Amino acid sequence: MSCVQTFADYGFRALGIGERALPKTDITLCEQVVLIGSGMFWNIYFALLALLLGFVAASLVAFARNSTRAILWRPAAIFIFILRGSPLFLQFFLIYETFVLLPKVGFDLNLGFVDITVETRWLTRAWLGALIVLFLNTTAYTAQIFYGALRSVPKGEIEAALAMGMTPNQINRRIIWPTMLRLAWPSYTNEAIFLFHATALVFFSSFPAWQQKGDALYYASYFADKTFNPFVPYPIIAVFFIAFTLLIILIFGFFQRRLNRHL
Amino acid sequence: MFEYCADPKILEGFQWWSCYLTTVKHMNFYTSFLVVFALLAATVPIILVFGFAGAIARRSRFAPLRWLGWIYTSMVRGVPDIIFFLFVPIAMDQGIEYLRHQVKCSDWAEPIRQGNDFVVCAAAKMPLSISPNWVHETYGFFLAALAFAIVFGAFAANTIHGALGAVPHAQLETAAAYGMSRRQVFRRIQLPQMWVYALPGLSNLWMILIKATPLLFLLGVEDIVYWARELGGTKTSRFAYPHPDWRLGYFLVLMVFYLGLAWVSEVFFERMMKRLTQARGMSEATQ
Repeated sequence: MSCVQTFADYGFRALGIGERALPKTDITLCEQVVLIGSGMFWNIYFALLALLLGFVAASLVAFARNSTRAILWRPAAIFIFILRGSPLFLQFFLIYETFVLLPKVGFDLNLGFVDITVETRWLTRAWLGALIVLFLNTTAYTAQIFYGALRSVPKGEIEAALAMGMTPNQINRRIIWPTMLRLAWPSYTNEAIFLFHATALVFFSSFPAWQQKGDALYYASYFADKTFNPFVPYPIIAVFFIAFTLLIILIFGFFQRRLNRHL
Repeated sequence: MFEYCADPKILEGFQWWSCYLTTVKHMNFYTSFLVVFALLAATVPIILVFGFAGAIARRSRFAPLRWLGWIYTSMVRGVPDIIFFLFVPIAMDQGIEYLRHQVKCSDWAEPIRQGNDFVVCAAAKMPLSISPNWVHETYGFFLAALAFAIVFGAFAANTIHGALGAVPHAQLETAAAYGMSRRQVFRRIQLPQMWVYALPGLSNLWMILIKATPLLFLLGVEDIVYWARELGGTKTSRFAYPHPDWRLGYFLVLMVFYLGLAWVSEVFFERMMKRLTQARGMSEATQ
């Protein structure tokens, strides 16, 4: 079987498109590269959505944490402490178990043009359940980074903005938030890399890979088990992760330059 | 444990709980908390050794050694730690068995890799298949600890490398001016001064290390996660202590354990930092 044929069969296997059965005997190098690469789809999906949603939520939590009102900063501090103080691995287990115990019901959601039934069963599936865990986790870590940056925003800038007659809301949006991002960006880049690496845990901890649709590590460990040769699949997945990590550094570097272009 | 536990079926309330929580399996669960501390105690010294070796290699004047140090410290930034945890134990295991096979069974004609199998002669098995079970478990734990040490050693090397560079240059030059050799400057000035710069990074690393310990479960070690799943799972009436799915409760206990550990460590490092910065007359703002 040629490598092109293999790609057609397994290129989108992680999405459930193509050949149903995974290769079992006479596993070729091409099959390993293609399947592990197709699994990267899930890693990118989890990392991208969790980062985007987490960024918005973390900004809010960081402002809450920095607030002088106890009703705001106390819950924010507790949220950050619990999610940063416990292992992500356990959070996966814990939240999965919680979702499994939820009663299986469906809610009808009217979006105006279509009716969709939202089911609690979805929470036990990786695409939603694991996304929620990763989202909460990255929100807590990012909020802590942003909170540290908020505390280092120069007082002079805020006073100057007040003297200009800006309202507190304007100051938050135009002065504090951009300066916070500028200060936090290098650490935030690290957090993005860590989150991307953490996505490898999804199918490895508790969320079952439905119909063998898994992430890159799911397929890599599948091959390591089948061939009993760790020296091929793990270096392949390592190369994939290194490539995407470099991409993250590149993209974040681009934003870093945009944030600091006036300097 | 207690005498009234002989027939669990007739127990109720407090007595049931006191018997349930002291079964042999629960005792195993409690001792498995020690596995976490054993892993930490076993890996921290190796991590520091690897960290120093990596940092010194990166600062070496010999270029290939420098490149090696750079590769070692950069690889953990590009590849998830879980992949190392899965790869290192099995790779080490096969590597050791391969070497032993070469030495002990040199007359063996068949290839070692036969299709999807890895076959070595019986004498090369590590540990030997006749060894008692605890040898196998200890060997597995040792390989897992080594995987942890390699990954976190690379993180530590990054931190130590940065901290060595952060020691004010004027001090090193003054020492050189006093006639100290390169080695003396390193040992007497740079190394003792480095700690205060390395502490924030190392304390952060300790936090990450604590949070990585439940991954031991994935490496087949019978740690707290293993026992929590084992004990929490649904027990039908065939068992002495039947109960529904209690895994959530057991995981909550683990969660509290880790939160406590994180909290204690945080307080400890805060105190230590205060001490170090006070002793040196540094303000915390310079950190």
